[in-house]
Amino acid sequence: MNQEAPVITVSHIRKAFGSKVVLEDISLKVRKAETFGLLGPSGSGKTTLVRLLTGIDEADSGEVHVLGVKVPKLSLLSQIGYMAQSDALYSELSAKDNLEFFASLYGLRKEQRNKRIKEVMEIVNLEEHLRKKVNQYSGGMKRRLSLAIALLHEPPLLILDEPTVGIDPVLRMSIWRELKALNKRGTTIVLTTHVMDEAEKCDRLGMIREGRLLAEDTPANLLQATGSSSIEEAFLYYGGVRS
Amino acid sequence: MRIGALTLRILRQFIHDKRTMALMFVAPLLVLSLMSLVFGGETYKPNIGLTGQAAVLSKALTKHDAQIVKYSAEEEGTLALKNGEIDALISISGGTPKVILEGSNPTANRAVMQALEQAARDQQISGQAQAQARVSIQPQVSYLYGSADMKTIDRFGPIMIGVFVFFFVFLIAGVSFLRERTTGTLERLLATPLKRWEIVIGYVCGFGIFTVFQALLISWFSIQVLGIMMAGSFGYVMLITLLLSMTALTLGTLLSAYAGNELQMIQFIPLVIVPQIFLCGLFPLDTLPLWLQRVGYATPLYYGAEAMTNIMIRGKGWNAVATDVYLLITFSLVFMVLNVLALRKHRKM
Ligand SMILES: Nc1ncnc2c1ncn2[C@@H]1O[C@H](COP(=O)(O)OP(=O)(O)O)[C@@H](O)[C@H]1O
Ligand SMILES: [Mg+2]
Repeated sequence: MNQEAPVITVSHIRKAFGSKVVLEDISLKVRKAETFGLLGPSGSGKTTLVRLLTGIDEADSGEVHVLGVKVPKLSLLSQIGYMAQSDALYSELSAKDNLEFFASLYGLRKEQRNKRIKEVMEIVNLEEHLRKKVNQYSGGMKRRLSLAIALLHEPPLLILDEPTVGIDPVLRMSIWRELKALNKRGTTIVLTTHVMDEAEKCDRLGMIREGRLLAEDTPANLLQATGSSSIEEAFLYYGGVRS
Repeated sequence: MRIGALTLRILRQFIHDKRTMALMFVAPLLVLSLMSLVFGGETYKPNIGLTGQAAVLSKALTKHDAQIVKYSAEEEGTLALKNGEIDALISISGGTPKVILEGSNPTANRAVMQALEQAARDQQISGQAQAQARVSIQPQVSYLYGSADMKTIDRFGPIMIGVFVFFFVFLIAGVSFLRERTTGTLERLLATPLKRWEIVIGYVCGFGIFTVFQALLISWFSIQVLGIMMAGSFGYVMLITLLLSMTALTLGTLLSAYAGNELQMIQFIPLVIVPQIFLCGLFPLDTLPLWLQRVGYATPLYYGAEAMTNIMIRGKGWNAVATDVYLLITFSLVFMVLNVLALRKHRKM
């Protein structure tokens, strides 16, 4: 067990849009240098939750602490590498222009910037397409470029909203390898997914459905506790649907 | 540095987006040219009637493209004027030239006065015969048909420069900012340590650089190519055009917060742009109900138009436009602050 203070502490969060309650009484902890997966079907509130972690949005009640600081806090944003669910890229610009732009926003100086751009594009396997305009990119390439941008400033915490959607299995493998390597170097990763088999690769999982956290544990423990043979089965178990 | 990055990015986007560039730079020129053709036509050659002593002006006026008809009796000339055969009748009595303008066509009025002024100036310079030099004394001008109203059309040019700059910058800035929101890049920006006011200033700088060129091009084109009347200083025209761009930019980005897509941004045109055009002084406001006039006073275009008219037609300087300049700056600043506040909708800090 990791003895250090958790990187993220979420306590009793509630969030509603108008009268629609999207998150209800969510509490969880994310430890340093682990990959924490938020697993849940589409519309369960994953995106809403990770946005609350960054501080872009605020909870109606409850508290979020990230890296020892109460969210929302502007200075915290430079510690977080965020990858939104939709690719937020300037499509009329080249990948390089996009990377340079975001690198400057994070305050990277010129030499550092060029070095990092090269490194992150290698990680996502796009180094040949650096000068291509983003509107000539395929969906999977855009996803990878978004990931590269999140990695640019070497943040201690990565928050990735469905990072592997639309990426083919081979590349997905290599991206997972990179994420694990980042964990080894001390980077904490929170990611969301609705793909069950991907969830098994996370160190720990939070299962979320209709805005409620069903369970939070390692994949192995979740399987054991529910007597399931797959994460999918475990999810159904907690969701109250027994097969 | 972050503002610089934002500015650079906006410039790069512009350079890649040829159509938008064209819309910003070419479209206003096209519309202004069309307008100048419709309202101005080619340089008008005035028909000027001369009676009595005024005949001495004949040569000087001919030199400046006027067509001269001489009348031996003043009654003859007046009749021709009434029949619309000539645009103006000039007579000299007691050393003071008297000009009667037909008055119904502002283009013709202007052409007559211009020819007369130029002729008078020529004579001053060359210091010709005494009898002729006297003509340079301020002529007495009267209109055969009431013409005070006709000046409105004269005012089209300078005001329309302001209107087009405002219109195109409003639209383009609004749509760009809207796209930033709908494509998710705004949320991405807000996930960086960029402050809200830095986003607004970044936009103002990025667009600002473009609008400087736009203002320069439009002003130059209007004055040099279209020959729109220009009595004042080019620098002031630039300044006002630029300030109008800034208000249009900040208003456009502000209102884009209330549009869900590009079409809804277009829907602001009849709501925000068209009323401003009607109330900015292009048409006489005196006849409007008081409350509507007051609405006009609350629009940036009103002050832009006022300043442009003062500079370009009346040839006035800083004192005449200072208030307008300060007001336009105030409008921009207020819109900028509102922009920063509107961004709170997307990120509270
Ligand atoms: N800005 C918003 N306004 C209103 N409802 C929203 C908003 N954002 C998300 N929702 C709703 O919240 C629920 C959870 O959405 P989301 O967090 O995107 O789920 P997920 O990422 O798990 O697919 C959905 O029902 C969605 O319609
Ligand atoms: Mg989502």
